[in-house]
Amino acid sequence: MPQVTLTVNGKRHTVAVEGRTLLVEVLREKLGLTGTHIGCDTSQCGACVVHVNGDSVKSCTMLALQAEGAEVTTIEGLAKPDGTLHPMQEMFREHHALQCGYCTPGMVMSAIDLVAKHPEGLTEREIREGLDGNLCRCTGYHNIVKAVAAAWPLMHQKAMPQAAE
Amino acid sequence: MGFEGIGAAVKRKEDGRFLAGRGNYVDDINRPGQVYAYFKRSDRPHARILRIDTAAAAAAPGVVAVYTGADFAADGIGGLPCGWQIHSKDGSPMAEPPHPVLAQGKVRHVGDPVVAVLAETRQQAKDAAELIEIDYEDLPGTASVLDALKPGAGLVHDEAPGNVCYDWQIGDRAAVDAAFAGAARVVRLDLTNNRLVPNAMEPRAAIGECDVAGNYTLYTTSQNPHVIRLLMGAFVLHIPEHQLRVVAPDVGGGFGSKIYHYAEEALVTWAAGKLRRPVKWTAERSESFMSDAHGRDHVSTAEMALDAEGHFLALKVSTLANMGAYLSTFAPAVPTYLYATLLAGVYKTPVIYAEVKAVFTNTVPVDAYRGAGRPEATFLLERLVDAIAHDTGIDRIELRRRNFIPANAFPYQTPVALQYDSGDYETTLAAALKAADHAGFPARRQAAAAQGKLRGIGISTYLEACGIAPSAVAGALGARAGLYEVANVRVNPTGSVTVFTGTHSHGQGHETTFAQVVAEQLGVPVSQVDVVHGDTARIPFGMGTYGSRSIAVGGSALVKAMDKIVAKGKRIAAHLLEASVDDIEFKDGKFSVAGTDKSKTFGEIALTAYVPHNYPIEELEPGLDETAFYDPKNFTFPGGCHVAEVEIDRETGVVRVVNFTAVDDIGRVINPMIVEGQVHGGVAQGIGQALLEQAGYDDGGQIVSGSFMDYTMPRADNVPNIHVGTESTLCTHNPLGVKGVGEVGAIGSPPAVINAIVDALGTYGIRHLDMPATSQKIWSILQAGAPRMAAE
Repeated sequence: MPQVTLTVNGKRHTVAVEGRTLLVEVLREKLGLTGTHIGCDTSQCGACVVHVNGDSVKSCTMLALQAEGAEVTTIEGLAKPDGTLHPMQEMFREHHALQCGYCTPGMVMSAIDLVAKHPEGLTEREIREGLDGNLCRCTGYHNIVKAVAAAWPLMHQKAMPQAAE
Repeated sequence: MGFEGIGAAVKRKEDGRFLAGRGNYVDDINRPGQVYAYFKRSDRPHARILRIDTAAAAAAPGVVAVYTGADFAADGIGGLPCGWQIHSKDGSPMAEPPHPVLAQGKVRHVGDPVVAVLAETRQQAKDAAELIEIDYEDLPGTASVLDALKPGAGLVHDEAPGNVCYDWQIGDRAAVDAAFAGAARVVRLDLTNNRLVPNAMEPRAAIGECDVAGNYTLYTTSQNPHVIRLLMGAFVLHIPEHQLRVVAPDVGGGFGSKIYHYAEEALVTWAAGKLRRPVKWTAERSESFMSDAHGRDHVSTAEMALDAEGHFLALKVSTLANMGAYLSTFAPAVPTYLYATLLAGVYKTPVIYAEVKAVFTNTVPVDAYRGAGRPEATFLLERLVDAIAHDTGIDRIELRRRNFIPANAFPYQTPVALQYDSGDYETTLAAALKAADHAGFPARRQAAAAQGKLRGIGISTYLEACGIAPSAVAGALGARAGLYEVANVRVNPTGSVTVFTGTHSHGQGHETTFAQVVAEQLGVPVSQVDVVHGDTARIPFGMGTYGSRSIAVGGSALVKAMDKIVAKGKRIAAHLLEASVDDIEFKDGKFSVAGTDKSKTFGEIALTAYVPHNYPIEELEPGLDETAFYDPKNFTFPGGCHVAEVEIDRETGVVRVVNFTAVDDIGRVINPMIVEGQVHGGVAQGIGQALLEQAGYDDGGQIVSGSFMDYTMPRADNVPNIHVGTESTLCTHNPLGVKGVGEVGAIGSPPAVINAIVDALGTYGIRHLDMPATSQKIWSILQAGAPRMAAE
């Protein structure tokens, strides 16, 4: 069985996998990182989004072997060692942007990538379109959009530019 | 600590673990030595099973066992039970055909489980299932109720001639006929309610386990673990309750679909007993589409008799309800007592008659989905009212006002069994119109027209019934269970509180709201209250969470249990303070002697109860731990007004909901932040039903929307910001005055959206549109309706 070596949340792992094993299966079943969820089998729902080398990726759409040498961050790797939450996690809590919690890890990972990649600011419509790849059945997205907008100034450590709104 | 009691927007206690990725969902659980189950399901809508060859699968690498329906038959295991019995007009009981765990003899819908393969790994089980050979003889299949009722249609069950499950009625037919005969006008509307797939984001999963002593544990994605224990233990596998523990840990959304007892739960538990190894199954989303109970799927005709001024004189409704291929746990109740009893709505229609024919088809079973019957009733009624306005020329809002049950008419007895305790429909209507700036709509329409867009506004003034239900009433109507709720309040020695509730939280935030109710009543901070749910080994009993019943019924049980805590605390305080128990008051977390400054804190009383050195031990047991069962006195009746404003792109037919306002009367609000979240989510599902969602079948019963690729779920850019307001009247018969909020969004919103679209299409001569109002449907209307423009 081939092996893959990858770094997850700062920790290096080498695991034996089948060629067809998905990254999400390695995370959940081999590494016990069950915070990353599986919500569909067609790459539609985004519950499995993690960061691979700084980009948000649906980990059900990537073979584990493709992650050779990659730096992977999952929801478990966001908070600081002392438990301080990432601003996006904090704003999700502040704005009641989660209910059942199942889509939440993928939604948070996608939202962080969205905000990080838009230093020029984000309009409400851009946030909604940016989260198009993540399904939530509980919140109606209203509070998720609010939380993402509220996290932008915290992540960029400045006010959202006026031009964006 | 700020105010944390009833009415405070306390941040959720459960969020910490979910945000850190530390939730504990069923698929996150792995048991030592577990094997994995994979189901080979029917790919045929309706077929006789001629031969099943599992030999190659059984010999495949890693395979531990292969089971078919024959194994269950050989073991004397019957089918999955139905929890509600309906009687037809002629008094006969509904047809109740068997629902085997694995198909026996025939398959009746795509997704019907036929063979279970158990292997050391998930992939091995799946690979082995590919080696199974099944020979089928295809039989004629049907997907729609209309086809299933045609003479000569294929019979789903021999036990149900004509594919009819029941033919039920409610109301006074003679009185309705008389009113129609004397009416100035009759308005009729034919409509369907589209079939939906609930699609909680967490797929169903189950792990069965059996120890050496024959004690079973089932971990399952359930909204009501005690109900599963009862149904599966007593009726399917014959495991006594004390040897069967059912755990529903964190559950990733339910919306009704996780109420029912499913075949996979029975299989993993039964197989765990056979193999003495844990057996795990997790649905893939494709399996969810063909095995989770679907929702809605009605075909109806509604007729309203009117006087010359537009007063409603009588309502006549005839509905065909799709049951799917088997009766799901509560399916028969949905199009009857959760639907037809709601047809009075907020209107004082004096007489109503409804008949409902439930029909078997070769489709996935249909059961309660967020709202369950009430969205169907609301859509019918609120579309009919707009059709009446259309036909008579009476303004839609004025027509509603003319027929409202007035605020001074409560308690109000409807002609279809329910007695509403409270409500004020004029107030919610006025508040919603104001919040939606209804008066400013003409200017917005004009501005939209200038940009080539068609803009419309629609309202729905709805009512629903929650808090199911007084057990005696439910029993008389066919329920095979009581519908009370249970709370155990354990005050710990140091004064913290653990609540064990029979309700289940799978997104609703009970760990926070129930703690707020404790904070309010006992003065204990929310952080000192732990709410435990979802484990039959820890919780005395309970009927679970559905029908927005948790706070109305479960919260009432919690209050009753705390009443007992306070009563006992007063006796302990009376002893310590050397006062008469009648003189002890409990307020703000303190037991005091009335009119004095002598008092003991709640914590001191708790400690005394567990360290009873100075204690009235002769007359009072130590400890501070009380349980209450609460059987509701009536349903609760949330209601309100939803206003939708839509814009239609003339070129593409795309409909966008640009504004949405919901003003709901949900009784007392425990946590406004959570209330708003519940309404947001419900409205998004309602917009999904109105614009996007359709569980698709071809005529023969082949499912054509089997994944998120072809079933359109609402995404972030399909829904608008949602304005939520509350204008509450209190429930008069439960201790908290609460009504429930879980479903109002999904109930009130679909007709508001469709009414808005019909309004926007006013110049195209459209009187009614069935859901979903897809862009293709709208585009076709725009093309057909504007030949002159096309010719220009």
